[in-house]
Amino acid sequence: MTSRPTEPDRPPPEAFLRAAAQEGRGRLKVFLGAAPGVGKTYEMLLDGAARLKAGIDVVVGVVETHGRNETEALVAPFEVIARRPVEGRGRAFDEMDLDAVLARRPQLVLVDELAHSNAPGSRHPKRYQDVEELLDAGIDVYSTINIQHLESLNDIVASFTRVRVRETVPDRILENAELQVVDIPPDELIDRLKEGKVYVPAEASRALTHFFSKSNLSALREMALRRAAQAVDAQMLDYLRGQALAGSFAAGERLLVAVSELPGSLELVRAAKRQADALKAPWTAVHIETPRAREFGEAERARVGEALRLAAELGATTASIPAATVFEGLRAYVEDARVTQLIIGKSARSRWFELRHGSVVDNLVRSIGDVVVHVIPAHDDRAAAAARPARPARAPWGRRRDYAWAIAMVVVVTLLGLSLARFLNLANVALLYLVPVMAAASLFGLRQGIAAGLLSSLAYNFFFLPPTGSLTISNPENVVTLLVLLSVAVVTSQLAARVRAQADLATRGARQNAALAGFSRHLTGLSTADEVARVVCGEVARLFDARTVLLMPEDDGLVLRGAFPPEDRLGQIELAAAQWAIDKGQPAGRGSQTLTAADWLFQPLHTGRGNLAVLGLARDDGRDPVRADRMPLLMSLLDQTALALERMLLDGEMRQVSQLKERDRLRSALLSSVSHDLRTPLTTILASAAQIRAARCEGLDPALVDGLEVEAQRLNRFVANLLDMARVEAGAVRVAAEPIDLTDAVASAVHDVRRSLADHPITLEVAPNMPLVRADPQLFHHCLINLLDNAGKYADPGTPIIVRAERRAGQLTLAILDEGIGLPPGRENDVFDTFARIEGSDRKGGTGLGLAIVKGFAEAMGLSVRASNRTDRRGACFAIGVPEALILRASDEEPR
Amino acid sequence: MSQSFKLLIVDDEPHIRRLIRTTLTRAGYAVVEAETAREAMEALRRDKPDVILLDLGLPDRDGLELVPLIKQSSTATLIVVSARGATEQKVTALDLGADDYVTKPFDTDELLARVRSGLRRQVQAAGASEVVRAGDVEIDLVNRQVRRRGAEIHLTPKEYAFLAELAKHPGRVITHPHILKTVWGSSMAHHVEYVRVVVRNLRQKIEADPARPALVVNELGVGYRLKAGDG
Repeated sequence: MTSRPTEPDRPPPEAFLRAAAQEGRGRLKVFLGAAPGVGKTYEMLLDGAARLKAGIDVVVGVVETHGRNETEALVAPFEVIARRPVEGRGRAFDEMDLDAVLARRPQLVLVDELAHSNAPGSRHPKRYQDVEELLDAGIDVYSTINIQHLESLNDIVASFTRVRVRETVPDRILENAELQVVDIPPDELIDRLKEGKVYVPAEASRALTHFFSKSNLSALREMALRRAAQAVDAQMLDYLRGQALAGSFAAGERLLVAVSELPGSLELVRAAKRQADALKAPWTAVHIETPRAREFGEAERARVGEALRLAAELGATTASIPAATVFEGLRAYVEDARVTQLIIGKSARSRWFELRHGSVVDNLVRSIGDVVVHVIPAHDDRAAAAARPARPARAPWGRRRDYAWAIAMVVVVTLLGLSLARFLNLANVALLYLVPVMAAASLFGLRQGIAAGLLSSLAYNFFFLPPTGSLTISNPENVVTLLVLLSVAVVTSQLAARVRAQADLATRGARQNAALAGFSRHLTGLSTADEVARVVCGEVARLFDARTVLLMPEDDGLVLRGAFPPEDRLGQIELAAAQWAIDKGQPAGRGSQTLTAADWLFQPLHTGRGNLAVLGLARDDGRDPVRADRMPLLMSLLDQTALALERMLLDGEMRQVSQLKERDRLRSALLSSVSHDLRTPLTTILASAAQIRAARCEGLDPALVDGLEVEAQRLNRFVANLLDMARVEAGAVRVAAEPIDLTDAVASAVHDVRRSLADHPITLEVAPNMPLVRADPQLFHHCLINLLDNAGKYADPGTPIIVRAERRAGQLTLAILDEGIGLPPGRENDVFDTFARIEGSDRKGGTGLGLAIVKGFAEAMGLSVRASNRTDRRGACFAIGVPEALILRASDEEPR
Repeated sequence: MSQSFKLLIVDDEPHIRRLIRTTLTRAGYAVVEAETAREAMEALRRDKPDVILLDLGLPDRDGLELVPLIKQSSTATLIVVSARGATEQKVTALDLGADDYVTKPFDTDELLARVRSGLRRQVQAAGASEVVRAGDVEIDLVNRQVRRRGAEIHLTPKEYAFLAELAKHPGRVITHPHILKTVWGSSMAHHVEYVRVVVRNLRQKIEADPARPALVVNELGVGYRLKAGDG
């Protein structure tokens, strides 16, 4: 038995277990990149060098410099563990010498390329297994990885890059790691590639050229950023929740509902909510932003916005995802977010349309294997059909300038053809006309292409086909020429249009990602709510071109914590809307459903702990502050802000708790040492007095010894009182309540004060059938001693002191009555104040703490104290009241 | 005192040691002293004391750790003498095997009384008596009878079980958890109110003035002791 139950504030055992699990193990930090060449190794070396400078023992386990001078220069300051040659498959490999690193036992080791496969004949087939062994040995590891090497993302990456990597790392390795994203914009990376600054293995260079396209890089970058954001928030929240609160989220089903501009979307959202509730699963509502979506009118936009808003109100996360088609967008999201159930509406398209384009539903069911797909019929088909956009207002015919260019090209080709007609035969001249048609179709679009095609065939017919100078067609072959020119126009223009649309989407997506990523990077660096408020207001104002305010609830209502531009004041109706938004957790103000008269729109920031703040937006031109299709972006920003605020809140609470704990620990250490230091000399004094008395020395006045003893006893009580008072004042009274018998409590108190109350007879009026009371025996004892002491001090000499317990309706009182000067009328209860002493009572001695301690202890136990003058005679009455809740209704029957 | 009992004082304060030594010597006991835990264990082996007075705040080791060690290697009565007054401290020390607990500053007479009662327990444990006297009450542990001034008192089984448990260790504080475990079984270990009710009924039967109990005495928050003999 080596435990010391005396130790104050011992942390609970789980805390030790948690700490122990982390304690012995090294920590892993992974530099995550979107693609080769973003500079992961470089970042890792820089970070390692900083640690080296800070006095940490850092070595390089393995770093691939690819013969580049700048990298090699960075490696120079480190101790590099020599690699181990491995003979395998007839070739010689160099691998990290795991045993050498383990034997060297550095504090931190740099291990490049986490996903690397070791040569056959190594201890572990994969490098990440080496890293795990290092971590188990308590060595910290820095490593690098590209996002496509992450097992769960491997397929998705392969699907759009068409490069499949065989070297993958299980996701769990990264789960407990600190992730740092090494991020550069795609354009810059492509430049670096062109400059030859990116190491590309010779055999893979052809495949990689496709890999390094801008759209691929954008997508990879998004994945890396999202992955890192997920990891940070998940780890942080898990940790904080685990520390401050109990419980965590269960993993399992994930629901996705796809909303569109059709009226049935609200139905869909509600159906999804029901399903999510039934499964107790988190759910997401997405809108896939196809190129068609940009042609939506206000009505369609509003419907999408409304559906997403409803979903958000019902507790969903919302997202708006740019993609070429609904099918592609949904499939990517389903795989990306590991959705298990998908809810979509029944297509409102015609049978004919589906035959031509394939139904989204069928395609989805066929292509995503283990996802449950629910197809919900549109509730009101007729209404849906009626509400269908009457073919979204197409872009107008196009700019006139484009047609002019098309015509000009045809004219040039015709002139060229005429001048070359002598050297060319007719078929070749027809080929020449392909040039203006393709150019017009790809540069300007379908209509311009067709126009160029028609014009070309007319010109060809008129100038070249016999009979020249007329528009008649004598030869059926010429009809073919005409058709070919026209179909080239159609096909080319469509191909070009698709390419344009995709490029457009990629830039849009990249822009939004950049906004979100920049924002979250900004947020993670902040440490106070005011900084968050400032940044959020600034960013949202910039992104939405609006004025912004951020309000947070305090004890006396909402307080303005941030604004952009800074001088904003809010009117009454705006404040009401903000208050409503935070109370109900729903948007209010302009553009919402509530208090629309306000100039501002207020969006609450939801978190697991309620609505922490409300963000207001307004525009000077009086339009709705946020366009419906921009709502998802705003929601994402708000979600991130809410997470950051919640993190800060939990952080603050944790700090407070640990400060309190530390203060408590110090205080009890101080108190126990003070009490020990004071009691030891008192023990000596008292024991010495007893010795002297026993020795019966000649010529010693026994009264002197009496005085010594009584005063030492009194000093002892004062010390005890001071220590008790310190506990009361600090709010550090610990109550260990148990059922106590008033007989015991009174008997032991009377026993302890028998000396100082020697000349007062004590009458006990405590009936044996009084119920048990729930209280802390020690604290209760102190209360009684102090009350008896007080009675002894102020009672007239020789008068009796009565201890009386009474049971009245709803309460039990234990009263101590004396016969003496009593209390000043009207100010009876002032005696419980610290250092309060009855006027003219200096002669009585005492610290004036006794009654304050009685009050402090009694209240800590949930009891009340009351002082009054006796009604039957002169004297004071001090009563401890025990409320009904603390009275035990135990029967007097013997428990079995 | 026909036989000189040997007492061991373990305390790091020389003043306190000297005082206790004088008190005890005057009362006719032989005394050995130890300043540290190590010295205490040595003295325990060498001098085989009958009673040990143990301070908890020792320089080399926490006194609480010594309690089980001492109880393992000796049958001596162990009385903890400490400035630590918290209830949990007392319960822990007693549950670890200490026979009694005296808080500093102590009353010299009280300390002597505890020493005497500890010694008496040792004599009884050696088989001297199966009848325990407390005031005018006799508890006959063999015949399971309780008499007051010669007249038998009728007790319920629980009352008797409780009183007998106290009487087996007269003068020693028996903690609430211990009482609950031996009288009711381990499942009731937190129902202190059971003990309270039984004690209350018992006092009505054996105490001269149940409002001022003199035989079954409560130790605040810790447990009960039987004031045995005339002490």
